[in-house]
Amino acid sequence: MPTQTDSHPATDFREVLQPSPFQTRIDEQCLVQEWMSWNGYKTARVFDTLASEYFAVRSTCSVMDLTPMEKYRITGPDAMAFLNRLVTRDISALKPRRVTYVIWCNDEGKVLDDGTIFHLSEGDYRLCSQHHQLDWLLLSSLGFDVNIEQETHNIAALAVQGPTSCSVLTAAGVTGVERLKPFDIGYSTLNGIDVMVSRTGFTGDLGYEVWADPTKALAVWDAIFAVKEQGLFDIRPIGLGALDMVRIEAGFIMPGDDFNTAETAVRADRDRSPFELGLAWLVSFKKPYFTGKKALLAESKMLTGRRLVRLSVEGNKTPTDAFLYDSKGGSRIGTIKSCVWSPILKMNVSLADVEFVKGKPPENIWAEIYYQKELEWRATWAKCTMSTKPFWSHPRSSITPPNKF
Amino acid sequence: MTKSNSVVIIGGGHNGLICASYLAKAGHSVEVLEARDTVGGGASTAAFAEGYRTSGLAHVLYGLNAKVCKDLKLNIVNPSFTQPVDTISLQRDGDHLTLGRDEVSANSLSVKDLEAYRRFKKEFRGYAKALQPLMMNTPPRLKDMDKKDKLTLAKLGWSLRFGLGTNSMREFLRVGGINIYDVLNEVFDSPALKGAISVDAVLGQHMGPRTPNTVLTYLQRLWGETQTVQSIPIGGMGKVSAMLETTAVEAGVTIRIGAKVAKILVENGRTQGVLLQSGERVDADIVVSNADAKTTFIDLVGAPQLDAMFCHRVNSVRQNGDVAKLHFALNELPAFNGLPTQQLAQRLIIAPDMRYVEHAFNHSKYGEFSENPVLEMTIPSVSDSSLAPAGHHVMSVSATFAPYHLKEDWQQDSRDAFVQRVTETIEQYAPGFSASLVAFQLLTPVDIEDQYNITGGHWHHGELSIDQSFMMRPVHGAAQYQTPIDGLYLCGAAAHPGGGITGVPGHNAAQRILAMGDM
Repeated sequence: MPTQTDSHPATDFREVLQPSPFQTRIDEQCLVQEWMSWNGYKTARVFDTLASEYFAVRSTCSVMDLTPMEKYRITGPDAMAFLNRLVTRDISALKPRRVTYVIWCNDEGKVLDDGTIFHLSEGDYRLCSQHHQLDWLLLSSLGFDVNIEQETHNIAALAVQGPTSCSVLTAAGVTGVERLKPFDIGYSTLNGIDVMVSRTGFTGDLGYEVWADPTKALAVWDAIFAVKEQGLFDIRPIGLGALDMVRIEAGFIMPGDDFNTAETAVRADRDRSPFELGLAWLVSFKKPYFTGKKALLAESKMLTGRRLVRLSVEGNKTPTDAFLYDSKGGSRIGTIKSCVWSPILKMNVSLADVEFVKGKPPENIWAEIYYQKELEWRATWAKCTMSTKPFWSHPRSSITPPNKF
Repeated sequence: MTKSNSVVIIGGGHNGLICASYLAKAGHSVEVLEARDTVGGGASTAAFAEGYRTSGLAHVLYGLNAKVCKDLKLNIVNPSFTQPVDTISLQRDGDHLTLGRDEVSANSLSVKDLEAYRRFKKEFRGYAKALQPLMMNTPPRLKDMDKKDKLTLAKLGWSLRFGLGTNSMREFLRVGGINIYDVLNEVFDSPALKGAISVDAVLGQHMGPRTPNTVLTYLQRLWGETQTVQSIPIGGMGKVSAMLETTAVEAGVTIRIGAKVAKILVENGRTQGVLLQSGERVDADIVVSNADAKTTFIDLVGAPQLDAMFCHRVNSVRQNGDVAKLHFALNELPAFNGLPTQQLAQRLIIAPDMRYVEHAFNHSKYGEFSENPVLEMTIPSVSDSSLAPAGHHVMSVSATFAPYHLKEDWQQDSRDAFVQRVTETIEQYAPGFSASLVAFQLLTPVDIEDQYNITGGHWHHGELSIDQSFMMRPVHGAAQYQTPIDGLYLCGAAAHPGGGITGVPGHNAAQRILAMGDM
């Protein structure tokens, strides 16, 4: 029998989750020990209570470890052309020190993943994605003079999000934060450590992402949390549970949760196009050719068959995985993909895959909700209402400079 | 002739000329752009040493399609034009095998083998014929089928089921995907006979007799036998191309030689014409590429104009050649042991048994050329003395296996060593051969790539394997002669049903283009 003395038993038969560069601090603060895997990293779902972490994002300042997010460095003479052929959006006008949200498709115009492109400096890009994309990027690079490097493990990143996030980072010593407009990138130092700060996030609130060398990760964490010690601001580490709540409120979709990515879809009708995800605004037919353009052009001339929509659901029963019908007890027209009881809006909000009728959304949508009362299952009907805007948005997320606290 | 749209055809190989002729006859204005200084591509006659000429690449005509010949009035079965040939498999003891269409003869063969040959050829020609509806049509799409796709599939099904009959269809299904080695062992006793037949299953491919799929490649070769007799054009393969050139010009086709295409111009997903290497732009409504898939899509269109996975599929096409071409200038006719001089006009092969062929192939799997290569030889100067100075001769040899990616690269040492392997092999059958050598030329797959503009230098612009055939040739997404670029079509060996001097891809592409109503 081998003994368990090796601190990195990666060759063990058990599945081993990789520690993040922030792991020491995360382990200290994660009181409930609720772990999950995010791209193979040991990631907290909850640190103490979901409610306190949720309100840290919406009322004070939250800190989340972003390191597991897939990151790729794209450089070389054709870096821009390569990315523009990869994604559906026209990124040719993306200036250095700017970020943009993108999706990319396979040849059939079905979405493979979403992510953000950071134009770090002239011709030097970082692509962040939800899922592993290295093989697709390499495959797409044929015919381009481009260098693609996976740097997921080489960059430590923290999302600092919430109404006081600008004030916290400023108090921690980061300069110029208040000047960053949404999707801007700035370079500064924190506790003497070089950091990149971008005004980006997945919460729909005011927020920033701080990027640094992994060897300096703990010092960055400590410098931010030192502000809490001063007693001025509450700062809480949050897990993926709270993030999921706020991203649904903000209407941000999660590939793999809200739709099958084209790479993982087995059945012919389980993959989704940008139009079917309500992301037509991310597709530009005016730019040079991109993968999926021909298929998407053809689809754009047809009536929408289905769409991922934002639905608010009446009542206080959370419509987890609920089927949707065109009337109470009527024909099935869809499914709830993600949902949450929004503490701040005091309502059930969801993202749902809904079949359209002759290119138009159905007039009535009803959810059949199953819920438990003292271990007994019950069913109820709830009326749903489509929302064209995100359920949650606040002027503070976009104003520059942000309000001081 | 009510309409006349401009068509540009890239590559004046035989398929390009045939496609051009059909389109011109249908009333379109067609221009063929050929990079080399003669048309014909692989079907040419070229000088390789001062005073010596021979067929450039292809040197045996075995499958020029009967319908194409009829439609374009090509009178190739004509004693002044082609000489029908049998295949003679040379044996070191001089008891050579003569393989005809239906009969085989050699002293050593048993009555059983002689009879088995007759039955085998008849049966397998039947299978090849059953594929006819598929060969002469656009391969049906499997998704979004139109009436024609369904009709092609129905015809194929009918032809396989009722054309062959129950027993033959069952046997066809049994052998269709396996290798020629197993099949020949079931049918024949004579190692020499099996070796000779196996050559037709592997020549031109990166395959040995034991490679699965070699029954299919053999059937493709046999399909040629259902079209025309195996023959050698008098004066070399260039004669065939010259005839096609005349036919095309008479149909109104304009042919430009020395016009190398650098780019296929695309705007908003539709082709606009081509850009020549000279910088000249040639506008066209329709561009038809006779080039291989990699050249067409990766080099000429360019990956940025296409979907990523499609490019990946094109880039993954197996199209590295494994046959070298050698041209020998001789000061006398070679004297093969026991072979009468009048037989020197036949197609001569060296493949004494299947193990010899398989061992020859083994080397190429590991990036080496065969220590004992398989050879296919013709001596065209026997029937046309003008190909060599008086009393002298030329010998044209296809030598396999000679992989495109040679471990040590095709540097001078490797080239010399390979030529020596070939001449020593011939010497074993024709003592004194080396002494009669005046000059020679070696074309490795790399040379073929350079000189004939075929990426990989493959005879068929891509292996004729099941995964690269029919509705997957050259790749899914470009298998109906159409391509993802509107107005751009394929008409060459890269397209269904593949290579060889058949004219079928050119014919099928023209029918497809005319049926598309695109112009």
